[in-house]
Amino acid sequence: MQQQAIITVKDLRTYFYSDKRCNKVLNGISFELYKGRTLCVVGESGCGKSVTASSIMQLLPKLSRIESGSITYHAPDGDIRIDLLERNGKEMRSLRGADIAMIFQDPMTALNPVYTIGYQIGENLKYHTTLDKEARRARTLELLTQMGISTPEKRIDQYPHEFSGGMRQRAMIAMAMSCNPKVLIADEPTTALDVTIQAQIFELMEKLKTEHDTAVMLITHDMGVVSELADDVAVMYMGNIVERGSVKEVLKHPAHPYTSALLRSIPVLHKGKNQNLQPIRGSTPDPYDRPKGCQFGPRCDFFCEKCNEMPPESPVCAGHSVRCWNADQVYGSVAKAGSESER
Amino acid sequence: MSVANKEILLELRGVKTFFPIRSGFFNKITDHVKAVNDIDLDIYRGETLGLVGESGCGKTTLGKSIIQLVHATDGTMMYDFGESGGGKKDLRKLSKEDEQMLHKRAQIVFQDPYSSLNPSFTIFQSLADPLRHFGVKDKEEQRKIIGDILEAVNMRREYMDRYPHEFSGGQRQRIGIARALCVNPEMVVCDEAVSALDVSIQAQVLNLLMKLKEERNLTYIFITHNLSVVEYISDRIAVMYLGKIVELADTEQIFDNTMHPYTEALLSAIPIVDPDHKHSRIVLEGDVPNPVRPPDGCLFHPRCKKCMEICKKERPKLIKHTVEGKDHFCACHLYDNGVAQKG
Repeated sequence: MQQQAIITVKDLRTYFYSDKRCNKVLNGISFELYKGRTLCVVGESGCGKSVTASSIMQLLPKLSRIESGSITYHAPDGDIRIDLLERNGKEMRSLRGADIAMIFQDPMTALNPVYTIGYQIGENLKYHTTLDKEARRARTLELLTQMGISTPEKRIDQYPHEFSGGMRQRAMIAMAMSCNPKVLIADEPTTALDVTIQAQIFELMEKLKTEHDTAVMLITHDMGVVSELADDVAVMYMGNIVERGSVKEVLKHPAHPYTSALLRSIPVLHKGKNQNLQPIRGSTPDPYDRPKGCQFGPRCDFFCEKCNEMPPESPVCAGHSVRCWNADQVYGSVAKAGSESER
Repeated sequence: MSVANKEILLELRGVKTFFPIRSGFFNKITDHVKAVNDIDLDIYRGETLGLVGESGCGKTTLGKSIIQLVHATDGTMMYDFGESGGGKKDLRKLSKEDEQMLHKRAQIVFQDPYSSLNPSFTIFQSLADPLRHFGVKDKEEQRKIIGDILEAVNMRREYMDRYPHEFSGGQRQRIGIARALCVNPEMVVCDEAVSALDVSIQAQVLNLLMKLKEERNLTYIFITHNLSVVEYISDRIAVMYLGKIVELADTEQIFDNTMHPYTEALLSAIPIVDPDHKHSRIVLEGDVPNPVRPPDGCLFHPRCKKCMEICKKERPKLIKHTVEGKDHFCACHLYDNGVAQKG
């Protein structure tokens, strides 16, 4: 399948500053988003997943800065370096919401409680399209219908508090999809929702992806979501992408000790009590007092002298790369264990 | 673990917890939120009962009603205090002294480890409170007990003089567990005890809970919305929907011979970590109905794919079926004429 990159992130470093201290939230990450494919960014809280999204959207908080690296948006009429644009400049504002849209985690805080849903969806159309008032309303109605909201004529004039959690999230997606964006960034879109509602939202996102050939970047901490929705996956730990590749490769043959430990620590449905959960020992380090070299070192079973230095990103096989000195051992051990259990 | 010849610790019959809705000038009670609506349930000594359902289905309210943090409005809750405590007593009609005895025997672990610990108390102060209340007045003895309990939850003794902000989420949750256990209870209600934690920490806490149960012969009521967790930890599972139990059986039974259409949909909605396994999701339409005005007939019928005429009129009762020689309670009209045995 021909893959066309739409966003390329290269060696991105984003630092947060507070009271003479510096938190290296993103410490050199590189990845691509492809048209019509879903990249899942997975990791624990505080690993920099959301900061990656806000770096691309230029929605970083005030006391933070993209130190180095590049974010390139491959627009139809030439490449745009997002990291060089002014944060709230004209160009960035014309991209944000139109070409690159974002769905936030908590629809209650992301929607403005004093405006109707219809107004908030229409606002996006007002700034990014030339539609007049009636056409905007018609488009908004169409969007709400697409999102599976019943009686949209009534719902369009209601306020967010009159919507249920699942419906609010749908309204958010309607807002994000209003200008047919090329890239959709979803930051934990279903974490606040129940599983049955989550299934509805995922169905919707899959449909939109195939219909509009949108590139989706889905941020999550749920490995189940990754294996259901992702085409590619990037595993993050403490500001680094420690492993990335196609979802089958990474979940079946994890090559980074963190990924493989993470997979062993989650209970899997339908396996019952017989599964042996192996927690990762210790806890995530203080971001202001990071370990030297490989961030996962202090919690890792494969720790060795070499790990005091940050390993480079190196390929394991085609479309699967990892940041670990001992990747061969990890990759091998899991493959071996897998073949043993098959026997 | 077989449940057949077990002694019943807590017997719930027709338990209802309604919350009044007041409105108007005189604050008249206009309606009720039927959070827990007519629940019959036996809890056996030494088992782990999983209580699952979507948000708003009343699982937390049921847990709190048992602990008497919320007072049930109707029904009987017979708790077996044993010979020394005066046999079975209804929790709704306890005297002051008996209520104290209940609090010594039944404890709760709350969901949010951030808001359930007082930030201006050290861990020792937080944990010494219940001890002092139940008669351990000597400070040295308190320190000894708290030190022991902290070690039991894999934390260092010295931590007792620290403040909650010095701990991570996983550590706080373990402190919450330690607080529940320091009066040596026989029953612990775990209200979403691992939901707020990262996956790598979640496994630590789950394994800890199971270890403590073995050591202290505890009875758990494990409230969660995460079915993979509940499958890992529970002996029996009760599925709740809109304040009612719709299905109740041994864990294996629930997963292997799912009866109620709601449980079926709930199970299929959960993303599974297995890239080869693209299963068909049963996507439920719509949201959970308003618990103030639940639908007539079966509560689930507006969302049910297998809805029949009778479902719209008559509310099904929780009936005991026998599937593969085991008890399986289910409230659904599909099984009015018995259960078709699986070949």
